[in-house]
Amino acid sequence: MAIKFTLNGKPVSLDVDPDMPLLWAVRDEIGLTGSKFGCGMAQCGACTMHVEGQPVRACSTPLSAIEGQKVTTIEGLGGKVAQAVQAAWVKHEVAQCGYCQSGQIMSAVALLSDNKKPSDAEIDEAMQGNICRCATYVRIRAAIHDAAKTVRA
Amino acid sequence: MTDQSSIKLPEASRRRFLQGAGATSLGLVVGFHWLPRTALAQAKAAGEPQMMNAFIRIAPDNTVTVLSKHLEMGQGVYTGLSTIVAEELDADWSQMRAEGAPADAKTYANLAFGMQGTGGSTAIANSYDQLRKAGATARAMLVAAAAEQWKVPAQDITVSKGVVSHAGSGRKASFGQLAAKAATMTPPAEVPLKDPAKFVYIGKKVARIDSRAKGNGTAQYTIDVKLPGMLTALLQRAPQFGATVKSFDAGKAKAVPGVVDVVQISNGVAVVAKNFWSAKLGREALTVEWDDAAAEKRGSDQILAEYKELAKKPGLPARKEGNVDEAFAKAAKIIEASYDFPYLAHAPMEPLDVVVKLDTQGADIRGCEIWAGDQFQTPDQMNAARVLGLKPEQVKINTLFAGGSFGRRATTMSDYIVEGAEIAKAIGAKEGTRGAPVKLMWTREDDIQGGRYRPMYHHVLKAGVDAQGNITAWQHRIVGQSIIAGTPFEQVMVKDGIDATSVEGAANLPYAIPNMSVELHTTRTGVTVLWWRSVGSTHTAFATEVFLDEIAAATGQDPVALRRKLLTRHPRHLGVLNLAAEKAGWGKPLPAGRLRGIAVHESFSSYVAEVAEVSLKPDGSWKVEKIVAAVDCGQPINPDIIRAQVESGIGFGLSATIKPGISLSNGTVEQSNFHDYEVLRIHEMPQVEVHIVPSREKPTGIGEPGTPPVAPAVANALMSGTKQVYRALPLPATATKSA
Ligand code: FES
Ligand code: FES
Repeated sequence: MAIKFTLNGKPVSLDVDPDMPLLWAVRDEIGLTGSKFGCGMAQCGACTMHVEGQPVRACSTPLSAIEGQKVTTIEGLGGKVAQAVQAAWVKHEVAQCGYCQSGQIMSAVALLSDNKKPSDAEIDEAMQGNICRCATYVRIRAAIHDAAKTVRA
Repeated sequence: MTDQSSIKLPEASRRRFLQGAGATSLGLVVGFHWLPRTALAQAKAAGEPQMMNAFIRIAPDNTVTVLSKHLEMGQGVYTGLSTIVAEELDADWSQMRAEGAPADAKTYANLAFGMQGTGGSTAIANSYDQLRKAGATARAMLVAAAAEQWKVPAQDITVSKGVVSHAGSGRKASFGQLAAKAATMTPPAEVPLKDPAKFVYIGKKVARIDSRAKGNGTAQYTIDVKLPGMLTALLQRAPQFGATVKSFDAGKAKAVPGVVDVVQISNGVAVVAKNFWSAKLGREALTVEWDDAAAEKRGSDQILAEYKELAKKPGLPARKEGNVDEAFAKAAKIIEASYDFPYLAHAPMEPLDVVVKLDTQGADIRGCEIWAGDQFQTPDQMNAARVLGLKPEQVKINTLFAGGSFGRRATTMSDYIVEGAEIAKAIGAKEGTRGAPVKLMWTREDDIQGGRYRPMYHHVLKAGVDAQGNITAWQHRIVGQSIIAGTPFEQVMVKDGIDATSVEGAANLPYAIPNMSVELHTTRTGVTVLWWRSVGSTHTAFATEVFLDEIAAATGQDPVALRRKLLTRHPRHLGVLNLAAEKAGWGKPLPAGRLRGIAVHESFSSYVAEVAEVSLKPDGSWKVEKIVAAVDCGQPINPDIIRAQVESGIGFGLSATIKPGISLSNGTVEQSNFHDYEVLRIHEMPQVEVHIVPSREKPTGIGEPGTPPVAPAVANALMSGTKQVYRALPLPATATKSA
């Protein structure tokens, strides 16, 4: 039975193993590759997507669990918060290898959508699930504070 | 296992590959290879992008693309190399682009290696003169083209921000407009280079060339490659290093929907499927019986115990000055300590992966195309060619962005490339899958358990001091595996039994001590090892800098004052030491519960001092709050990237300072993913302040040198406040405060 959901605003229907993680459905079946694979067990955040606006680890979310829901990937980001975050990421030159950054940005957008003025502790809390092996954390923090200012403006 | 004896690197690489931290300059011979004129002559209708030379392509849309012979794995080389070109070309920064150069050692060799490859923080150092010349030459060709077209003297033409102009006639043209004609101009043999005082990009901040693509999901990594008919493979490797396949049962694996084939290769059994998920389920369903006759079966505790035994005996001399034994006999005080370092995985965020496509005719393999975040193109090309029965030039390599490496993708064994090529060959031999491109992916478990670790090390240090607190003798015994032995670099980098990478940072200790002995015991285990961001300095900096603070404590000297006294003949060490100490307020009182520690270390000809500020709670828990770093890497190309690399190097080093490494039990790796091989997360990252020493010296590397000082600086901070010694990494989560 095909599983139906909304991806970046468009309806999709996939007839695949319902246990297939959302990440692989989106990458391998649909062909959107902005969301990355880093661990496959909800440890690193590289695969972070939004499901109904909430950040989820798509590597550990079976397709069956998102039936009928709205999924957003880095490719489908839009709106004031996302623009502010992506602009701040460029301004602060956050990315190094860049591989974790789709996931970082998805987590940051989710944070700022809920909380327009996060403290350092709140940033730590929201971003702790996203590993960056290049340790771009100093700039991630600065970019989030900066984006928050833009969002508030 | 790859047979190493069969690859022969070009002669030039037998010189001083990664010649080690000790060298004061790379002493490069700048070679410059133009594309053969025939390649230039081919084509080139005005509507096509034009190669100005091997490094610079100018398109009619006015974009200038730098062909980077170095892998962009996060260190900003695309930006750094483009900065050098843009400077001499007088381009506008917004028109600059960069992409990976093809695999071709003749044209794109790393001049420090003599083969094509990235590592040892050499990208800028070995490209600086070469790309200045490439940029200046292309500029001269654009000017010559304009002069001919406008019939004006070349010396009256100016170039600025990508615009070629002739003031007298008011004529102007973009690079894009002139490129087709410029490409036909004869490159001048000699070109003047800019006076550094006139630099507009070098030494200033320019925007990273890859930021936007890396912030919107469009940057292309190997994992993102999708080719028609492409299959995905996962390889089941042996649970112990050195074990081999005895037999396997593919029945259940083949029954998994989407699994196309199961093939044995030299490194294990590969499950080939239509997509990742099927390959993963297929691999889980596979049963393999292993032959462990030749396998490493020791645990890491046992290996360390053997290292400690070995350290009781003298090793091979790596440095010998004066007579340490006599000096010890006369010393007023003897100080001794030993330090331990675990195996460490690199764990780049993008696990290893490669796409291999064979060009087949019937059962014959005619050629091969590879997509990878390729760090060692020359050995990778040779190894793939050997597996496939091709000539190296029949293997085309497309170098894409790599999702980190930290050394892991640079192996002369080309492990993951060979696996990919063997799988492609195995499925290519069968009618149904002939010619199908295959993407080999490593899972995180494969990565953590797959070896090629920073080797485990054991260090024993002994110092003699006189009654005035002067260090009169220093003996340093190092025990651990060689990274270089058994590789094609052995001939150049292992001399008289000493692997330069095992002792770098120790054998070239800059401190003025009259009697000095550095010794090495090179061990053998079945565990595969490799360079890990800053290589030997990952352990030598800790052992030497922590020991020096132990001496300072034992003799009642201030750690900075003691270093100053010992570094009078090393102005660049001294420069960063003083700068870091000053900026961190060394000597000024700290708030209660705050501690400070310092370390200074040179690696890859760059000098870095770091002061760690650590908060310590009464219960012994502690956190690194701030690192103040001072760096001297010669002429800074892009200060913001230098800062970013130092931040990154610090985070990487701090990860190994506070998180456990890899351990083995009965030869089996005990960790498997980020839940048990933990790495630094955002809440553990300190504030970082980076100060760059202004310099006109030749630029040196910055990808690695930020890493070594952080662990000893943190340990030294803890030691200063707890009066305890910290002699192993990782540091304990709870520092016990002495009463
Ligand atoms: S890949 Fe999903 S959390 Fe790591
Ligand atoms: S930028 Fe490389 S892992 Fe985050």
